[in-house]
Amino acid sequence: MMGSDNQGFEEAAHVFASREEMENLLLDDASTTNSYSNYRSAATSLSPPILVTPADSDPLLSPPVFHDLRNPNAPDNNNHHHSSYIEPPSYADVIFSPFDENNTVNSEINGGSGGADGSDNQFSDSPLASPSSSGGGSDYIRITVSNPQKEQETSNSLVPGANNYVTYLITTRTNIPEFNGSEFGVRRRFRDVVTLSDRLAESYRGFFIPPRPDKNVVESQVMQKQEFVEQRRVALEKYLRRLAAHPVIRKSDEFKLFLQVQGKLPLPTSTDVASRMLDGAVKLPKQLFGETTSVVAPHEVVQPAKGGRDLLRLFKELRQSVANDWGGSKPPVAEEDKEFLENKERMNDLEQQLSNASQQAEALVKAQQDMGETMGELGLAFIKLTKFENEEAMYNSQRARAADMKNVATAAVKASRFYRELNAQTVKHLDILHEYLGLMLAVRSAFSDRSSALLTVQTLISELSSLQSRAEKLEAASSKIFGGDKSRIRKIEELKDNIKVTEDAKSVAIKEYERIKENNRTELERLDRERHADFLNMLKGFVVNQVGYAEKIANVWAKVAEETSEYEKESS
Amino acid sequence: MEQQRSTPGSSLSPRSPSSQPYLSVSVTDPVKLGNGVQAYISYRVITKTNLPEYQGPEKIVIRRYSDFVWLRDRLFEKYKGIFIPPLPEKSAVEKFRFSAEFIEMRRQGLDVFVNRIASHHDLQQSEDLRTFLQADEETMERLRSQETGIFKKKPADLMQIFKDVQSKVSDVVLGKEKPVEESTPEYEKLKHYIFELENHLAEAQKHTYRLVKRHRELSQSLQDFGKATKLLGACEGNALGKAFTELGVKSETLSIKLQKESYQLLMNFEEPLKDYVCAVQSIKATIAERANAFRRQCELAETIKLKEINLDKLMLTRSDKVAEAEHEYKELKAESEEATRRFQTIVSLMNEEMMHFQEQKTLDMGIAFHKFAKGQARLANSIADAWRSLLPKLEASEAAPGLYKLD
Repeated sequence: MMGSDNQGFEEAAHVFASREEMENLLLDDASTTNSYSNYRSAATSLSPPILVTPADSDPLLSPPVFHDLRNPNAPDNNNHHHSSYIEPPSYADVIFSPFDENNTVNSEINGGSGGADGSDNQFSDSPLASPSSSGGGSDYIRITVSNPQKEQETSNSLVPGANNYVTYLITTRTNIPEFNGSEFGVRRRFRDVVTLSDRLAESYRGFFIPPRPDKNVVESQVMQKQEFVEQRRVALEKYLRRLAAHPVIRKSDEFKLFLQVQGKLPLPTSTDVASRMLDGAVKLPKQLFGETTSVVAPHEVVQPAKGGRDLLRLFKELRQSVANDWGGSKPPVAEEDKEFLENKERMNDLEQQLSNASQQAEALVKAQQDMGETMGELGLAFIKLTKFENEEAMYNSQRARAADMKNVATAAVKASRFYRELNAQTVKHLDILHEYLGLMLAVRSAFSDRSSALLTVQTLISELSSLQSRAEKLEAASSKIFGGDKSRIRKIEELKDNIKVTEDAKSVAIKEYERIKENNRTELERLDRERHADFLNMLKGFVVNQVGYAEKIANVWAKVAEETSEYEKESS
Repeated sequence: MEQQRSTPGSSLSPRSPSSQPYLSVSVTDPVKLGNGVQAYISYRVITKTNLPEYQGPEKIVIRRYSDFVWLRDRLFEKYKGIFIPPLPEKSAVEKFRFSAEFIEMRRQGLDVFVNRIASHHDLQQSEDLRTFLQADEETMERLRSQETGIFKKKPADLMQIFKDVQSKVSDVVLGKEKPVEESTPEYEKLKHYIFELENHLAEAQKHTYRLVKRHRELSQSLQDFGKATKLLGACEGNALGKAFTELGVKSETLSIKLQKESYQLLMNFEEPLKDYVCAVQSIKATIAERANAFRRQCELAETIKLKEINLDKLMLTRSDKVAEAEHEYKELKAESEEATRRFQTIVSLMNEEMMHFQEQKTLDMGIAFHKFAKGQARLANSIADAWRSLLPKLEASEAAPGLYKLD
């Protein structure tokens, strides 16, 4: 998919290059003025990003330029929920004023790599509602990912070049007190991001944690290609910004460590965790044969049973879940929360509809883009015709026709530009659908944290009851023997110890489960609230955009209709 | 539709000044007849006129496409030098041959075709036109099957082409630089203009057709988007859900508007452009005719020179073949004069035709441009209106965020 996108860039560049030549023919058109000459130069640099499908577009690369212009004097472009959409009598004029000289062809190009803060827009701080709206007052955190560099793994490289990797400079600006400082930067590689993501998933069960960018299992050749690196940089930036927008996670230790600690990332890596897998595999036979204690320690309960840690626990929980599903009786503690079940259903439905809407939004953007392109090509064809008629004119009627044609051609080219601009904006708006679709993954994962915690509880309860009944049986048996049965008594003691441990584990597990349930609830509330606001904003932005550009396009054509009105009486 | 170019009083006696001469034709009521492969469309052709050559004030006949072709071919043969109006094209694609859109486009094209002939100063006097407008269906069928048309060459024509090729080759072989061709700078310019014009127009028409397609595509995606948005609205519920649903409804409404506009664009803009292209092709055919006439004239001039020399020789030798030779010479002379006359007619007709052609096209395109611009403006305005109507509701939803339910 990446390949084809890039091909699109190159093709687009060619199309636009030749259009540039032809569009220059309109320079003498009195009505175009400076606005178009500036736009044209901006357009060439803008064009590639505009053609990216929404899934890949970085709001910063496609022109934030437009946002700047809405409030060229706005000192703080951070909080855009309310300032982007003014309600003037005609949206056409207020929102889409001609580009001024100072603008930011440069800032737009650097916008993605740590440059212009001024080219901020609501999307840069993540679509999940800007920090200020989550009650933090003037909390501010701004992360930029830039400056990818190749580095070499110092450890044994028998094969030279095999252990090359890329690091990125991660710059943070913030006024949040929990951070030590207001501006700092570190170098991190993608592996560190995976680590961060894994550790967060463990510590923040039940939360809707934004999903990290995919690992790409490709050869190192591809890894070092510039386009890949750039796309990854963009994805990383988006990811970190989303994390920063999460009211709880932004203040997490893991996140802070990631952003601030120089040198090696001080978080246990997933390979460390995976090494426990070996331990678990070693433990299993002993557990099965009862040589070591097979109870779950309380401190382990706060994490789901992973293949890595404790295979036996995993098997038990698996058995429990089968019993839940297929056993005749109700599980010891069932998911009874009706509200939750309804919400889960709702989230499933939402995910489906979001996916569908996101797809159709993409198709709409493409159709708009095609319309604009063809309109432009039509305009250029007529410009050529006009030139031709003028050059070869033998009759005045030809000159008159050439003049009419020129008006139409000019209008078509203008309309085509408007379509292009409209589309660039539309992409940004509708991209929110895509953002939230991505978030649904996080929701699912948070819900599954809950299920697995519940399963742990259920398993422990079953375990407990079976331990207890074993203890009872043993006690009953040993009480029949006068003086006691030394070996049985010992066994009972052992069992009672296990029961105690298991009971503790059960309490911990229940606490954990309740904690996760509460996290789910607050997160769901937050998600609904923020999504509500963001979607309404999106709709409004989308609509205002459409209205504004439709008005502009209508004006352009109305002018031509006026100019050709003498023919009206002739038409049948 | 077209400006009348008939000279007033051309066929009316001066004693009836009250009624201007008129001849108006309409092609209507397409009806599918026949079955399977042989199915075709027939049209009603209604003629209203006060011209004395016609059988009465109104006449209705039934005609099919090949009848129109017959008329076009006859006129092309008889009125060399005049740009015969173009016929709407045959459909290349079988499946669209009977689509409503195609039939309507063709009907319109045929109507324009006949009316252009009827309003052309010279063509309107054609007997073939009268036949076409009045003859009964049987006669028409008979005539139609006799006609070979310019695209079906008679053996004699084939021979002529052969000879032309031969003479070109021998000219080259004999060292005469070019085949005999008219080459005044003015005419060269005209020919160059016509050939280039066709290319430019074809390109413009291609993009216009694409634009029609884009309208249809946008219409479709708006519809799909509307549906998806409505579903999302149903899922969200509450104020946000309502907003989505209304957006979806508007989107579907606009989809319909776009569909309509795409049809308008096709009929009012793309068709005239296609027509323009065909008209230019018709001029090219006339150019070819003119070249033929020129060549004929030159050949005869050559031949006469040779005959003159021969005759003089014979006269000097007082041969008894003189009388015969003289006779031949006189015949040739007459033929040559006829050929020259024909050629010159074509030249002068063409000049007049070109001027009228340019004027007419400026008018035709002016109308097309106007309709195009109006259509686009109308579309854009309804798009703006539709979306704008959503804004107050969106504002209201934003103002009351607490209305979302936590279900």
